[in-house]
Amino acid sequence: MTYIAKPKVHHPSLKKNEIGLTRRDYEGAITTLCAGCGHDSITAAIIQAFWEMSIPPHKVAKMSGIGCSSKTPAYFLREAHGFNSVHGRMPAVATGANAANGDLIMIGVSGDGDSLSIGLGQLCHAIRRNVNMLYMLENNGVYGLTKGQFSASADPGSTAKKGEANTMQAIDSALLALTLGATFVARSFSGDKAQLVPIIQAGLAHRGFAFIDIISPCVTFNDHEGSTKSYAHTREHKVEVVQADFVPPADEITADYQAGTVKNVMLHDGSWVKFRKVADDYDPTNRDNAYAHIRDHQRKGEVVTGLLYLSGDSKDVHDQNDTVPGPLYNLPHDQLCPGNDALQKLQQQFR
Amino acid sequence: MTSRVNDFAFKIATANGTGSASANGLIMQAIFRMGVPVTGKNVFPSNIQGLPTWYEIRVNKHGYTARTPHFDLMLALNAATYAKDVAEVRSGGYLMFDSSWPLDEKLKRPDVTYLGVPLAEMCNATFKGVRERILMKNIAYAGVLAALIGMDTEVIAALTKEKYAAKKALLDSNEKAIALGYDYARANFPCPLPIHLEKMDATTDSILIDGNTAAALGAVYAGATVGAWYPITPATSVMEAFKGFCMKYRRDPDTKKKKFAILQAEDELAALGMVIGASWAGARAFTPTSGPGISLMNEFIGLAYYAEIPAVIVDVQRTGPSTGMPTRTQQGDLMLCAHASHGDTRHICLYPADPREAFEMAAKAFDLAERFQTPVFLVSDLDIGMNDWMVPKLAWDDSYRPDRGKVLSADDLEKARSFYRYLDVDGDGIPQRSLPGVHPKGAYFTRGSGHNKYGAYTEDGDEYQEVLDRIARKVQGATKAVPPPVMKPTPGATMGLVTVGGCHAACVEAMDLLAAEGIKVNYMRVRGFPFGDEVRQFLEQHEVNFIVEQNRDAQLRSLLMLETGVHVEKLESVRYYAGFPMSAHHVISGVKAKLEKAA
Repeated sequence: MTYIAKPKVHHPSLKKNEIGLTRRDYEGAITTLCAGCGHDSITAAIIQAFWEMSIPPHKVAKMSGIGCSSKTPAYFLREAHGFNSVHGRMPAVATGANAANGDLIMIGVSGDGDSLSIGLGQLCHAIRRNVNMLYMLENNGVYGLTKGQFSASADPGSTAKKGEANTMQAIDSALLALTLGATFVARSFSGDKAQLVPIIQAGLAHRGFAFIDIISPCVTFNDHEGSTKSYAHTREHKVEVVQADFVPPADEITADYQAGTVKNVMLHDGSWVKFRKVADDYDPTNRDNAYAHIRDHQRKGEVVTGLLYLSGDSKDVHDQNDTVPGPLYNLPHDQLCPGNDALQKLQQQFR
Repeated sequence: MTSRVNDFAFKIATANGTGSASANGLIMQAIFRMGVPVTGKNVFPSNIQGLPTWYEIRVNKHGYTARTPHFDLMLALNAATYAKDVAEVRSGGYLMFDSSWPLDEKLKRPDVTYLGVPLAEMCNATFKGVRERILMKNIAYAGVLAALIGMDTEVIAALTKEKYAAKKALLDSNEKAIALGYDYARANFPCPLPIHLEKMDATTDSILIDGNTAAALGAVYAGATVGAWYPITPATSVMEAFKGFCMKYRRDPDTKKKKFAILQAEDELAALGMVIGASWAGARAFTPTSGPGISLMNEFIGLAYYAEIPAVIVDVQRTGPSTGMPTRTQQGDLMLCAHASHGDTRHICLYPADPREAFEMAAKAFDLAERFQTPVFLVSDLDIGMNDWMVPKLAWDDSYRPDRGKVLSADDLEKARSFYRYLDVDGDGIPQRSLPGVHPKGAYFTRGSGHNKYGAYTEDGDEYQEVLDRIARKVQGATKAVPPPVMKPTPGATMGLVTVGGCHAACVEAMDLLAAEGIKVNYMRVRGFPFGDEVRQFLEQHEVNFIVEQNRDAQLRSLLMLETGVHVEKLESVRYYAGFPMSAHHVISGVKAKLEKAA
């Protein structure tokens, strides 16, 4: 929403972060989603993640497409610029904004309709490009705003609210991201804030496209017995493969786990992701292994969660393009315009 | 044929992919350097190799640059099109063919002089490799032509040396091939022919350039830093040229790092999305495309219009509908660009008539897009974009500073009591905007859904309408900012001739020819949309206005009617839309047909 200079009446004892802001400073407008919507829990996790990382809200660009999930950027970080673009096309807008100003901290929020049907192509190409952004897919397997149609992530055999069974295969966005070479792939559950917050933080610190698929139940259209994206089903079937802790650059890495069970991966800004293995055979830095692991569990009807894959070698669009450091948008004109002398000289070749 | 000095046209028929472009370029440039006005037009297939391609060169001492369909000399070097090429020669003209193979006598015309040159035989005897033999055959025909029309051999020698300065072997081959053709022609034909060149000094202050290169230069000079695109004929070379210029001018001298970003998108939808994202974040960004790309971009065009985000779209028009003829020219996107996307929209359009205007208007497009916070279309076409035009040298005013419009700085925002994105603070319909990352007070939510003047989501009808009305007012305000029409009054004229874009050259020539027959017209070429009041006044002051354009459905005429309210009976349509650039002949015959009908 537009900035309104309303008085911030904070309780004096509210805890402040390193830049003196309270958690409330990272909130946005009051949600208009249904009570109990998984997306609101994700919003809360986003707020906590940003607050804990002491990110100045106005340095953030909140991008989204169309749909319930795409409304959520209005509900966090009111001092950040938001962009509710057109259906499925947020990745392109984010790519352009990132090209103009690579210093913006970019978070994209999308849904399974937005990302896996109308916007599937754009999602794929944003992954391919490794655009430096955190991309959160709030996945409920259903079209909420148009009242209950199956989305492309609805599992075969799962049913709609009125009982109709889905006959088509689901697009698994985490497998898709792994296949396309994503440098950061995670899956989580809106009801598991403890898991989600450090993943969001690691995704923000990652230089490149950080993809998080989050099962986020739709309480109105897809939270019933036949759904595989309901609260009950997800709680029963989710399997955490690693526990990922985000360690900011300034914090010391402490060896509070036994050697051999912890893997530390450093991110470009000097922060760390500390992986503690839950599944013995899981290596979050091995793409093939991650893929096979997700598929194996999928066959058992289980949903693998956690930071599933992290590449230690990630080159984003600016790295690939070899762009000058800092934003392009405010380079002085005299550095951009070659001037009339150069033009006259150049025109010798047109004679 | 009576002697015609510096006033003739010839056509070269070859096959695509055989390397004739460099020979044709050499011929064009040599004539130009002799100081003689010249234009060249590619007629090429949507294909890489093998299909017929033509290059038409018009030499005209008066400086007429429109296409002419009358050829005094045909270089018929493609057997596949021979019959067609023979038929196109003007009576009394000449036809050069490769006499290495027997000529089909049935195709001989008694009114054409045939000039057989054993090009293949000569090149096979002189050059070794197959590729070199094919390539040098082209250079050899340039040599033949040089002798036939009296090109300055010193100019040709200098050009060849410049071009192959770093490639000694190629220089030798080229020089040898030119001499082969030249000497053969001199020995066997009465050189020069009655149609020939004589040195002039009419090109000193001109350059030969195509519109796509010029538009790319305009984008560089305007300070565009982000270019996003999806390859499409005939717009592809805009981005290729932009990239080339950026590599030359836009790299840090020490680190060689780039001060630009070029994003090859997955499709045109994404390309415009990237431009919108980049513009929203504060960069000058653009995308070059053609009609099919504009069709795909429609949803984003509507978003940029309604959310008020600058975007520059260079539309190099080709024939439609659908895939149409991708390598032929048309003005079929005039309506599309003016009103692209669903709902009520109206977009600023600039209509260059030649590469020089493509350069100037490309630069201007960025100022307008930022000042009015809206998409701006540079509506060019294949003829302007991909053909070689002789235009006055480009110039740049070094005092130019980009018009970034009402962008609030961190200081502005710090001092402001409040900021609301869509308030009409100055009464001109143009709101203030802020860029992400600059200041906490600048934050707002950009959306393509209903919003009120404060930027908040709304489904309130009155609030929605208020914003929509302001945007209409804002865009209407651009009538004073777009380039004014070019007007040329003719004493005693009671009729108007109105056109747009690349038809200009044909109209200029047609007016002179019509005047010679006593048919006088006042001339107006519109250069910007929305049209200013002077456009309406021009149309009103004539009982009849001939509206000359290149599309089937008289799109310019429709726009004029819609925008000015001038009665349909005052607007007579003259159209040509077969895919080739318009010639004076098309204008004249169209005007005369209307006059005869009225009489």
